[in-house]
Amino acid sequence: MNGGDGGDVAAAPAGPPPPLDWKFSQVFGERTAGEEVQEVDIISAIEFDKSGDHLATGDRGGRVVLFERSDTKENGGSRRDIEKIDYPTSRHPEFRYKTEFQSHEPEFDYLKSLEIEEKINKIRWCQTSNGALFLLSTNDKTIKYWKVQEKKIKKVASMNVDPSKAVGKGNIGSSIVSSSTNSHLANGGCKDKSSTNLINDFKFPAGGIPSLRLPVVTYNETSLVSRCRRVYAHAHDYHINSISNNSDGETFISADDLRINLWNLEISNQSFNIVDVKPVNMEDLTEVITCAEFHPTHCSTLAYSSSKGSIRLVDLRQSALCDKHSKLFVEQEAPGSKSFFTEIIASTSDIKFGRDGRYILSRDYMTLKLWDINMDSGPVSTFQVHEYLRPKLCDLYENDSIFDKFECCLSGDGQRVATGSYSNLFRVFGCGPGSNESTTLEASKNPMRRQVQTPARPSRSLSSITRAVRRGGGESPGVDANGNSLDLTTKLLHLAWHPSENSIACAAANSLYMYYA
Amino acid sequence: MFNMSTLFSCVGGLENLFPLCGVERTTKNASNRTKQSRNQSPYRRIEICTMSMADEPLYPIAVLIDELKNDDIQLRLNSIRRLSTIARALGEERTRKELIPFLSENNDDDDEVLLAMAEELGVFIPYVGGVEYAHVLLPPLETLCTVEETCVRDKAVESLCRIGSQMRESDLVDYFVPLVKRLAAGEWFTARVSACGLFHIAYPSASETLKAELRSVFSQLCQDDMPMVRRAAATNLGKFAATVEPTHLKADIMQIFDDLTQDDQDSVRLLAVEGCAALGKLLEPQDCVAHILPVIVNFSQDKSWRVRYMVANQLYELCEAVGPEPTKTDLVPAYVRLLRDNEAEVRIAAAGKVTKFSRILSPELAVQHILPCVKELSSDSSQHVRSALASVIMGMAPVLGKDATIEQLLPIFLSLLKDEFPDVRLNIISKLDQVNQVIGIDLLSQSLLPAIVELAEDRHWRVRLAIIEYIPLLASQLGVGFFDDKLGALCMQWLQDKVYSIRDAAANNLKRLAEEFGPDWAMQHIVPQVLDMIKNPHYLYRMTVLRAISLLAPVMGSEITCSKLLPVVVTASKDRVPNIKFNVAKVLQSLVPIVDHSVVEKSIKPCLVELAEDPDVDVRYFANQALQSIDQVMMSS
Repeated sequence: MNGGDGGDVAAAPAGPPPPLDWKFSQVFGERTAGEEVQEVDIISAIEFDKSGDHLATGDRGGRVVLFERSDTKENGGSRRDIEKIDYPTSRHPEFRYKTEFQSHEPEFDYLKSLEIEEKINKIRWCQTSNGALFLLSTNDKTIKYWKVQEKKIKKVASMNVDPSKAVGKGNIGSSIVSSSTNSHLANGGCKDKSSTNLINDFKFPAGGIPSLRLPVVTYNETSLVSRCRRVYAHAHDYHINSISNNSDGETFISADDLRINLWNLEISNQSFNIVDVKPVNMEDLTEVITCAEFHPTHCSTLAYSSSKGSIRLVDLRQSALCDKHSKLFVEQEAPGSKSFFTEIIASTSDIKFGRDGRYILSRDYMTLKLWDINMDSGPVSTFQVHEYLRPKLCDLYENDSIFDKFECCLSGDGQRVATGSYSNLFRVFGCGPGSNESTTLEASKNPMRRQVQTPARPSRSLSSITRAVRRGGGESPGVDANGNSLDLTTKLLHLAWHPSENSIACAAANSLYMYYA
Repeated sequence: MFNMSTLFSCVGGLENLFPLCGVERTTKNASNRTKQSRNQSPYRRIEICTMSMADEPLYPIAVLIDELKNDDIQLRLNSIRRLSTIARALGEERTRKELIPFLSENNDDDDEVLLAMAEELGVFIPYVGGVEYAHVLLPPLETLCTVEETCVRDKAVESLCRIGSQMRESDLVDYFVPLVKRLAAGEWFTARVSACGLFHIAYPSASETLKAELRSVFSQLCQDDMPMVRRAAATNLGKFAATVEPTHLKADIMQIFDDLTQDDQDSVRLLAVEGCAALGKLLEPQDCVAHILPVIVNFSQDKSWRVRYMVANQLYELCEAVGPEPTKTDLVPAYVRLLRDNEAEVRIAAAGKVTKFSRILSPELAVQHILPCVKELSSDSSQHVRSALASVIMGMAPVLGKDATIEQLLPIFLSLLKDEFPDVRLNIISKLDQVNQVIGIDLLSQSLLPAIVELAEDRHWRVRLAIIEYIPLLASQLGVGFFDDKLGALCMQWLQDKVYSIRDAAANNLKRLAEEFGPDWAMQHIVPQVLDMIKNPHYLYRMTVLRAISLLAPVMGSEITCSKLLPVVVTASKDRVPNIKFNVAKVLQSLVPIVDHSVVEKSIKPCLVELAEDPDVDVRYFANQALQSIDQVMMSS
């Protein structure tokens, strides 16, 4: 619908597309040498809007920062297509800071004696209207619907009662009204009588009173105003891990560890539970929901992933309670390969639908998997993200890194997929037919630095001779076979692909790096 | 006890006391206003107020106008709410030339203000100079039709319709139709959504060519990219269709309708279901059968349970639209399918319509097709389905007639009456009067009693509360004899329930029973038992007795009150618990209007005077209040 403008890269030609040459574009909030990262500044969510003209990030301090595309802004949307034809490679998306607002504050649940962090878990853009931007942001418990709009700052230029002439008079006005509003409050919201009568008893001349004037308002500047329009709270007993909009434009879902709820955007005091995997006895719990997303175009299809590595497709038409899935995608594990970590690393941390809704991309600890929703026997392709870590799973388990939740993303044309890893690295894979594109990039101003040194697909033999020289958990960086440091503290969890262009935004701690190809 | 109203009247009193003294004082409850007033001082100077009020009678209006642009939203709201006053002060011409354009620019405001503005403008025709100038009101409402808050848009559309329905035909063509076209071509979906609700006003007065254009614009809206717009179009299709000529109805509108019924968004198809009934009523019966019926039958087998749910809810109206014969051949099977749907929500909706549906069928058809389903539903796995069935099933009795009811329905009643889920039982009991009319209560009473007793002792107090509410109804249905035997004891038992709400409801119940069976009966069966309870060692139960007395007294009349009830109350005034004593004061106050003056002077007043000397402050407070009210009554009479 919306992304259609200029977004449709021509259908893939016969052979696989050439690998992309990634270049650094921009960085926001770059760390200077020696600067310590504040916990609250760490980015925890990244999301492009449907048009790709806006980008939002959320951080652990509960803030949402918005960026807007600056390279096409002055030309408007239609010009973009023309430009693309004229200079196919000269332009790439550039963004500038637009505004930010405090979306969530730390809270305390007194009933359950629980602290609720302000950290933004997910951001989702909603339908734009009247030039205002709308988005949903959520922390562990509460979802909020935000409107960001340019507002003119008004200046009242002329009035009946000159406020400068008589300060006392200015007060009179408000005292008249305020005494009336007082009684208004005391009577519990009844229309106030006294001052209405005062005015209504007055007989107006037929032609009106010429001395009265309407205030003249001048507007000179505008400012961006963010307002929270609705708060969807108290519907989740567990931590919310995802939110997702429906293509019908009026509903969205929110998922926590055990349940998925369906909301109407306009109604914040009621939601419907559609999936509930909570067992009667919590001791029987073997599987939790890790992520849920609506199909991009089919309003009744919804996918959710689990900690066991399965993805379930649900048809909302079938029944009001969708505890029964309509399709199950799970990879049969190879016999004999089972180890203590098999189950842990199988947990899916993120799923994304491709733009046409045919493919689902999923990320577990070691791999990216691409699924065709028409084929539930196994993934169409599997990409090893950081196979060299396999021998170190034990260490990763001990310092909890194995539970890190990496996100994944697909390009707008569905030809490539990307996901993050440690040491601020992220990887881009070609998933078109015949493509064996596989790039490793570092979230820094020189993204290709690593690629020269690491082979595209690290072979088993290399990783097996990796000397693990790590002392005391994740603090000290390990070094892989090529002398690359493995830094478990700098993990690239969040990234997003521009909906229509080859541009990736990714978060390294508190910095937002943008790349293009 | 903290009396809010006294507190506020007290504050108001202070204001009256000091208007001219020049005393500066803080006002607690004005803080939310003064905070935003134009200067920072937390104090208000009252004396200037009265002074300049005398100088300038226009002052309040001037302020009201200025506050259209105040920074405080409450003040703006206040001004908008009194827009008519401002308009009258400005006069019609300046309202048209200045106020309305001024409001048109005011689209940047908060939703509350915009909503109020949309509402006020809907009744603004008199203030702009009457119907001939009504069109000047359109521009501000047009802007409001484009804002993104749904309730503001809806209100603006409502106001536009209201104004449009009063406008002259030529003005509609000159101003209203172009407005609809502009909105329908709006850049943002909000404008297009609003446009959908205006066609039925614009259409009738338009010329032939314009009408054709409007129809095609509407049909475009039904194919809009945005599901929100298609939903708005589907919602308004019925209204628009009602204004379209029959020839176009069959061609254009039916085409639009067909498209909507095949929309891939469930939410759009849902709304098209409602369109079925609306369109069905507009079409000739044979067209309806040809065009609407297949759609309904299709919808009743839609993949989406929400669509089937809508059909279940609408089917009755649809039957009316297609007439009896197609109902019998096509819709009865569809309905039976819905009653047996595998989605509980659909069965709930269908079960709730069993009676309504049976009524439009012949008894034979109902027995043949519907009754078997009803039997199945009475043992449905979902308690909500059974509950929905229980709340309507009694209505089938008059439809089926006495024999079929006894033979077929009675076993179902009885099984629902024994349902494990209290809501189901309650729903049956609440509709008992309907079955009583057909088969009489005798057949039921045997199974009824255990059900009532069980509900009366249910673990959940809300269930107990619900059954108490039905006791007066049951009493009237079952008659005095049955009631005395079986239910009397229960009613007394509730007075000593652990939960206050139950005790309170029990006291109320006694009053209603006394009204039903008369004072003589109450004197025999209620009053002695109630009065006996005043000896209960627990003060909360004694309090319940006082409550019952205050409720019973007006029903029992002066004589019994004086001879039986009053002495008990007076004795209770010697209670050792202060709560009892101040409740005595309250009860005594309530008895004053019932008894003679002499009794008031002889028994009530002395008792209250004594309580007014009580060491407990609350007792003194209520005793004094009672004494005051007695004085007022005495003075006025």
